[in-house]
Amino acid sequence: MSIALHRDLEAFVERDEAGRGRVELLVNGARCAGCISKIEKAVRGVPGVSAARLNLTTGKLAVELEPGKADPQAVVDTVEGLGYRACLFDPAEAKAAQDREGRELALALGVAGFGAGNVMMFTVPAWAGLFGQELNASTLTLMYWMAAIVATPCALFAGRPFFRSAWASLKRGKANMDVPISIGVILTLIVSFSETILHGQHAYFDAAVTLLFLLLIGRYLDHRLRANARSAARDLLALQTPVAMRLTGDVEQGIPVAEVAVGDRLVVAPGERVPVDGLVESGRSDLDNALITGETALAPVGAGARLHAGALNLSGRLVMTATARSEDSTLAAIARLMEAGAQTRSAYVRLADKAAALYVPVVHTIAALTFVGGWALGLGPREALLRAAAVLIVTCPCALGLAVPAVQIAASSRLFRKGVLVKSGAALERLAEVDHVVFDKTGVLTEGRPRLIDAPAHLLALAAPLARASRHPLAKAMALEAGVGLVAAECVETAGLGVEGLIDGRRARLGRAAFVGVEGGDARETELWFGFEGDVKIRFVFEDQPRADAAETIAELRRLGLSVEVLSGDLAGPVRDICHGAGITDWRAGLTPFEKASIVDALKANGRKVLMVGDGLNDAAALAKAHASMAPGAAVDAAQNAADLVFTGEGLGVVVEAIETAREARRRALENFGFSALYNLVAAPAAMLGFINPFIAALAMSGSSMVVLLNAARPSVSQARLSLRSRR
Amino acid sequence: MNIVLFLAPFSVGLGALGLLAFFWTMRSGQYDDPKGDAERILYDHLDEGPESDQ
Repeated sequence: MSIALHRDLEAFVERDEAGRGRVELLVNGARCAGCISKIEKAVRGVPGVSAARLNLTTGKLAVELEPGKADPQAVVDTVEGLGYRACLFDPAEAKAAQDREGRELALALGVAGFGAGNVMMFTVPAWAGLFGQELNASTLTLMYWMAAIVATPCALFAGRPFFRSAWASLKRGKANMDVPISIGVILTLIVSFSETILHGQHAYFDAAVTLLFLLLIGRYLDHRLRANARSAARDLLALQTPVAMRLTGDVEQGIPVAEVAVGDRLVVAPGERVPVDGLVESGRSDLDNALITGETALAPVGAGARLHAGALNLSGRLVMTATARSEDSTLAAIARLMEAGAQTRSAYVRLADKAAALYVPVVHTIAALTFVGGWALGLGPREALLRAAAVLIVTCPCALGLAVPAVQIAASSRLFRKGVLVKSGAALERLAEVDHVVFDKTGVLTEGRPRLIDAPAHLLALAAPLARASRHPLAKAMALEAGVGLVAAECVETAGLGVEGLIDGRRARLGRAAFVGVEGGDARETELWFGFEGDVKIRFVFEDQPRADAAETIAELRRLGLSVEVLSGDLAGPVRDICHGAGITDWRAGLTPFEKASIVDALKANGRKVLMVGDGLNDAAALAKAHASMAPGAAVDAAQNAADLVFTGEGLGVVVEAIETAREARRRALENFGFSALYNLVAAPAAMLGFINPFIAALAMSGSSMVVLLNAARPSVSQARLSLRSRR
Repeated sequence: MNIVLFLAPFSVGLGALGLLAFFWTMRSGQYDDPKGDAERILYDHLDEGPESDQ
């Protein structure tokens, strides 16, 4: 049977009216100018490609196709032929990834910076009046008009992100931090204008713009933090479910997974994931189900076997019949659980909003009282309004607005240097509150890849030539252990069974017990058999090694006052061994993804704040439901997407560090709030009594912001202790 | 005093020019790929300027 490998990927091409197409590819492994040069040149050489440009920062290759004759698969093949991993990117996803919000914030920041710098030119002479260098009244008014011309458009433009958010929040009947900022800025502009028109002395144009400038710095940093994490997650998700190959007669056609219908015949090549649930029609292979069930042993499948979406096809080509659409599969059910989890989490009230809820009514009441009280006490409406505005300006939530983002940026960049990616500030706040840690076993407490155990070197050397010829993960682990060396001749790999070849002229086999000619064999353990034809057979056993610092990490977590538990989808035996080694007494094995999620739910119902650490698709729902969650960098995309923090590297110790840093950040944020409260206690009465002039307002305002920023950047105590510990 | 009337708007104008330049760099996508742009200057044939917003 010959199969025409025609893969039609039209679904990934975005066409304009003239028929010109555009595809985006995610390219892995490109690093330097040499890579750019190689890839762009090769792709431009593909027939039908009119332009190609690689973005090194995001790893995306944008390719323009001429009408009609272009084949996206040829582009993918060309890039892969150069030795880079490439995959097509959904055009809808590519559109969504454009960072409109970041661009708007950057523009606003630029405008506010320009305004803050230039308005000083006109307000500094006014401040000079405070030191005896009196300007005459008409010059002062002229200066204020100039300041107004520069500052007003800048403040209105740069303030848009705040005004919009404040309006949205007010419409829902709530007050967030942007409400006092917006009212403060607008009221300041109004008062300053009226002062300028009336030839008064109290114009605060500079304060309005500088306030926005300082706040936008924090806002922009916060946005970058979230945007980076989000785009990483989206790229990974786009990698996960690209195409299903539908078989119509002899032709394979690539269709988006969402379009697969029940009864479709699909081809799953080795190395690809099963796109939807289904039944095997023909072919034999090994499946890695670790993502779905957490079980590390490979499952052999043949005709008639049931396939779950998300399983990795390892060794043979399978033809399957779809029994469910993409949205009805096990994967989709997990995705729905994840979504539900993410929604309950977004209802979490952040520290800054809690502060705003206290702050907004208090400050506005004081300002209103100042106005009413001042008028009643005979100050006149103008003087009373001025004092009320002074209260609003001097108590402006500048320091309050910076308090949390500044601390979180400092903490997350500190964690980033240790290899932990923090997805949002809220994640840090939740992490600081956890009191119970749930670990997954495979890939978290263990390294997540099989290793050969107890194999004498001379036996290993015998089998190594065959192991090197195979692409099977167990054989690969074996070859890794044996090092470089000879490769067997005339190797034939039989999918799902093993590999056969000639070593020194003798025929030998490496693979499943039955394939090598051994009766029985413990099917539950991960093992390979090896033997020369008609000779004794040797058994190799593989085991997933626990992470080196697992036990130490568990002890540290206990010291921090956290309880620890293991939830695994694997069999009881291996779980018990690992937990015993790491010193964990609470463990449950053989759990489905849904059971894991419901256990996390039950813990939550008991008032526990759970930190979930997991790496598999079977953990994704639990990760999304937990109070806070972490996933290793080697985790599946869905798990990384669901987790709040992603950590790279071999050690588990970063979990402890992340918790300590998060707690430290929370302490700092509270300190900053305390300082802001203290500052306002002093500044507000001073403004009410009319002691505040523009110069003092500007000094006090930026001074309070500086204190908050410096406190955030202060190296932490736990950091110092950690570096001491590592030196010991 | 007259010189101030001339110099002050002049310097604001210069600042505005800088701001316009910033807008232009933003619009023409010069911050989209900082890593790639740093590498691209090493080869003449790669030096085609940043990709613009269609």
